[in-house]
Amino acid sequence: MSKIPGDLHYTRSHEWVRRLPSGQVEVGITDHAQEALGDLVYVEVPQVSRRLVAGEACAVVESVKAASDVYSPVSGQVAASNDDLAQRPELLNSDPYGTGWLMRVAPDASAAAGALLTPAEYAQFLAEAG
Amino acid sequence: MPFIPHTADDIARMLQVIGAQSIDDLFDEIPPALKTAALHDVPPALSEMEVGRLLTERALRDGRPLNFIGAGAYEHHIPAPVWAIATRGEFYSAYTPYQAEASQGTLQLIYEYQSMMCALTAMEVSNASLYDGASALAEACLMAVRANRGSESRRILLPLTVNPTYCKVARNITGNQQVEFEAVNFDRRDGRVPLRALQAYEGQDFAALVVQHPDFFGNLEEVDQLTDWAHANKMLVIAVVNPIALALLKPPGEWGGLAGGTRGADIVCGEGQPLGVPLASGGPYFGFMATRMQYVRQMPGRIVGGTLDIEGRPGFSLTLQAREQHIRRSKATSNICTNQGLMVTAATVYMALLGAAGLKRVAAASAQRTADLVRALCQISGVSAAFDAPRFHEAVLLLDRPVAPVLAALAERGISGGLDLCASHPELGHALLVCATETKTDADIDVYARALADIMRPVRVVRDSN
Repeated sequence: MSKIPGDLHYTRSHEWVRRLPSGQVEVGITDHAQEALGDLVYVEVPQVSRRLVAGEACAVVESVKAASDVYSPVSGQVAASNDDLAQRPELLNSDPYGTGWLMRVAPDASAAAGALLTPAEYAQFLAEAG
Repeated sequence: MPFIPHTADDIARMLQVIGAQSIDDLFDEIPPALKTAALHDVPPALSEMEVGRLLTERALRDGRPLNFIGAGAYEHHIPAPVWAIATRGEFYSAYTPYQAEASQGTLQLIYEYQSMMCALTAMEVSNASLYDGASALAEACLMAVRANRGSESRRILLPLTVNPTYCKVARNITGNQQVEFEAVNFDRRDGRVPLRALQAYEGQDFAALVVQHPDFFGNLEEVDQLTDWAHANKMLVIAVVNPIALALLKPPGEWGGLAGGTRGADIVCGEGQPLGVPLASGGPYFGFMATRMQYVRQMPGRIVGGTLDIEGRPGFSLTLQAREQHIRRSKATSNICTNQGLMVTAATVYMALLGAAGLKRVAAASAQRTADLVRALCQISGVSAAFDAPRFHEAVLLLDRPVAPVLAALAERGISGGLDLCASHPELGHALLVCATETKTDADIDVYARALADIMRPVRVVRDSN
């Protein structure tokens, strides 16, 4: 059973969202996603200051067998991206909710959080899809 | 003889299993409007005997002229072992085999090809080849747009000294992907791209600058200056190069750095035909592409990597396939990532046979032959060199009259005298692009010069003697 921390929000495309005290949100891929992808060999993170629309492909995670898009859960501007992943893509496998974060986004003021899933909803979504 | 292994019975049984009436039913999902009812220009099927006869007749039309045309396809001597080896049953296929790793010999050959191309270009990684030189430039432009993260534009600076056919193909392939090209003019005196022509674009957002070297006119561009300028303006440098010329010239991986700290061209591409592939009425040829490791994941095509097997023995495998179309579908880095395995086989054998010293001799002899040709032709009244820049093995000549009739008269004497530039570069006037490789002897050059002198004899003008 993959881990679903209780203090985060989720998407149906398997990204997680953490609200930071600064107002920014941190984004990564879920434990379930990293498990499904297998050992990651390359991660491409978005350029800082890039403007994103919710649902837009913003990062690529590549395993030996496949390269998959990561979609931005929110609209806003990229405030930081995790440059450590260029050298250590395996962080996404070993610590998907921590050092394996992908980017921090300053969300647009108007950005609605309604579309995101609660931990319980995401767990149910995985169970149904499972 | 139909090369379809299924009998009518096999097909009927398969259709029954999937519940389809006919094979055509399988294409039902294609809207009728998208189906071409009739292929008007395709004649009815011919028998093997008829096809053989037709192609023999077509091949004879080429004749065996004394050839002085270059313009992107070059006649070089191909040592007999090249095709004797390339057509051996073990190699004789245009494709990388499926289950590629089962064909270690093929992969080793491609790996060695990649290593040779990296050595020639001074780049860090080469792919297994592309379709041809023109499509390689198109792919390089798409790659530059993906790779240049400092640029938000999809615009590319494309000098008018780049092969016009390459420009056309690049526009055609990238047009639907919103890549835009800005044409950069050349200096009319030396035929090269001057820095002052680029200054107008300073501070503007372009993804890349294309530098062909030697350029379409045969001139050697000032590649260090151009590379430094592009990098200073946050553009990538796409080098379009002739692999034979690289035996003599500074490799693109070392371009630039006039102020110290060179990083070289970012993407190198070009036509591989000069390396052991015959002219063959225009193809098949092969394109090559090399880049720095930093951009390897943006490079289209396949790459063969060296590795160790489970018992620690060295071996070869396809690598970095995750972004190819059989996995990424519409999001693949390229959807024409074919390679030209057979042409690459010939090129690898050619380079291995000649070695670095042999390639240098071919390059030096070609440059010398062209210098001899230009000198001989420019002694003829009404013929002059268009540009005064240093050149490799091609040159633009200016005639005092339209080029087409002159070329027709030369053709009557069995000479292909060069390429008329009136369609691609009308601003040059009566311009003729000529080329002589190591295949041309003093006698050949003399034959051309005498014929041209005869054809160019001053036209008799009837004048009033008053």
